[in-house]
Amino acid sequence: MSAIDPLRDRRETLAGLARSRQASRAFTGLVIFGAIVLPFFYPSGSGFIDDSTTALAYVVMALGLNIVVGFAGLLDLGYVAFFAIGAFTTGWFASAFYADANGGAGIHLFVTGPAAELPGIHMNFLLVLVAAVVLTAVAGALIGLPTLRLRGDYIAIVTLAFGEIVGRVAINGDEIKLAQDYPLTRGRQGITPVDKIDLPFVDQFTSLNLRPWYWTALGLALLTLFVNFRLRDSRLGRAWIAVREDEVAAASMGVPLVRTKLLAYATGAAFGGMSGAFLGSYLNTVNADQFEFSFSIFILAMIILGGLGSIWGVVVGAIALSFINNRLIPDVFNTWPAKVGLDFDLTELSFGIFGFLLVIMMVLRPAGLLPERRRRLELAEGVGAGEEDLYEARA
Amino acid sequence: MSDSGDRTGADGAILRAAGVSKAFGGLVAVDDVTFSIPPRSIVSIIGPNGAGKTTFFNMLTGLYKPTRGQVVFDGKDITGRRPDIITSLGVARTFQNIRLFETMSAIENVLVGQHSRMKATIFGSILRTPRVRREEREVRERARETLAYAGLSEPALEEMAANLSYGDQRRVEIARALASDPTLLLLDEPTAGMNPQESARLTAFMEQLRDERGITILLIEHDMRVVMGVSERITVLDHGEKIAEGPPEDVRKEPRVVEAYLGKQD
Repeated sequence: MSAIDPLRDRRETLAGLARSRQASRAFTGLVIFGAIVLPFFYPSGSGFIDDSTTALAYVVMALGLNIVVGFAGLLDLGYVAFFAIGAFTTGWFASAFYADANGGAGIHLFVTGPAAELPGIHMNFLLVLVAAVVLTAVAGALIGLPTLRLRGDYIAIVTLAFGEIVGRVAINGDEIKLAQDYPLTRGRQGITPVDKIDLPFVDQFTSLNLRPWYWTALGLALLTLFVNFRLRDSRLGRAWIAVREDEVAAASMGVPLVRTKLLAYATGAAFGGMSGAFLGSYLNTVNADQFEFSFSIFILAMIILGGLGSIWGVVVGAIALSFINNRLIPDVFNTWPAKVGLDFDLTELSFGIFGFLLVIMMVLRPAGLLPERRRRLELAEGVGAGEEDLYEARA
Repeated sequence: MSDSGDRTGADGAILRAAGVSKAFGGLVAVDDVTFSIPPRSIVSIIGPNGAGKTTFFNMLTGLYKPTRGQVVFDGKDITGRRPDIITSLGVARTFQNIRLFETMSAIENVLVGQHSRMKATIFGSILRTPRVRREEREVRERARETLAYAGLSEPALEEMAANLSYGDQRRVEIARALASDPTLLLLDEPTAGMNPQESARLTAFMEQLRDERGITILLIEHDMRVVMGVSERITVLDHGEKIAEGPPEDVRKEPRVVEAYLGKQD
């Protein structure tokens, strides 16, 4: 079929294994070190650090979505829902939004600085982070429930609907009152301002001093990476891949499908919530316009560009798309239309450009920039293509 | 359940199916089959194509829910239970057309087979606690042993399943099933596509599994040389019904069996 000699292939993998492990350790250390010192080469309020911080937050989301789509093979088109829930967690628990809480005196938990004086609920960012992770994990499992009996495209439709529902609720949430004075959201006006992150032993987080934000985002990204690597080579990670490869065989080998899939949804969602909670504070607003369907596609495009299932690939894809979106298109290429005598804003074409990039990718490197070794095989040799399914899915 | 022993006519059976039926809409694929397997034996189900053998298998392993009837394994009612639960109780299987996790290595495939015997939780795996570490080391060691026992050569262990030869894929599939530490092993046409030497080797391996590990084997098989050679008892299905049952030499002479296989003589 193909000219690949399996024997030679194997010898390369075996010989490469020992060498590559040390090399990749060293490389990883170097990359992390570079990422830590990077902000010192730029002014602390610079656009580059701003874009890098956003990119790192997107890395967290992309890695989360990669667990669901890349590892477990469940196509999720509603990932924006977890961004929304995470961001709203920050909006609810770290802003003056619920000004009447505690009779106008406010509720303050481990907060210092200006937030400690304001009315509303103000919790320390770490607590907000935990709350966001818990809430989104539960939401992720809930959205997983109706998809358990479904396969492939149908899962995508249900998750897409879930994303839309959360988006709609965010827009109209100002009319949804929990008690008489506690609306769910502030719709398109947005909850703003949101408390700045407040961590012990770290510089002040302000909009002029972006370095602490950057390091926080980096910390979250590294934590996410760590969890991804640990899970990939674990009992659960193998179960995810087995389910992706062949549900019937996986179930017959003792893998509980419901639990395995729900854990994928919940884990993936938790990272979306984590990143959302960070972005809520970083962007200083939580408003409904942030949570559109196109954002789900944006994150999905990152993991496809980088290489579905490949952890490093997803990191590269997320950083690349994020920079193309936030820097290259608005700042670098935006003057090009004017140069050839055209008058339009290139940012309006962002998604057209992403689409074009994806098409190019699918033609040149269908498995992504840094393909997972499994996918490479799949696409090169048609391994794992659809088989007849005899399993009667039961929840 | 005290009387079901009489109904199946085999006391102390490891598995008992009583009046099991499966209908897909109007089509009755398996019709009222009663059947039992004595422990530490090798028994076979044979029958022409479309006789309902694989459907019957799928009911025993939980992939299909029986329309009627009851399946009891090792004293526990497993009728319509989830496949992963049935596997954790001690029933493992292979598939007619090999269903390996193709992009996983041979070892990884067998590791998945041990899923129900492992204890690592999601948090344990993230923190990689000493216990998880130890378990991971043990299951890897066991996976190597099982693959070696099933006859896979050392260099093939890390190879992706899709790249393995057909015979090796069969071996990995059996090893994957053995990894769940079954008391009952269901093999769906394991010698399909094998030459006579390979079939003979597999037959010997089945006997070895029974004698060394005390595993009971239920076999679906078309190769009559294998069936007649290895089975202690044979059950014949045709059009979803059990038409004959007994030791190989009796079943061979049964007129209804001959008829089912060769057609009726006028």
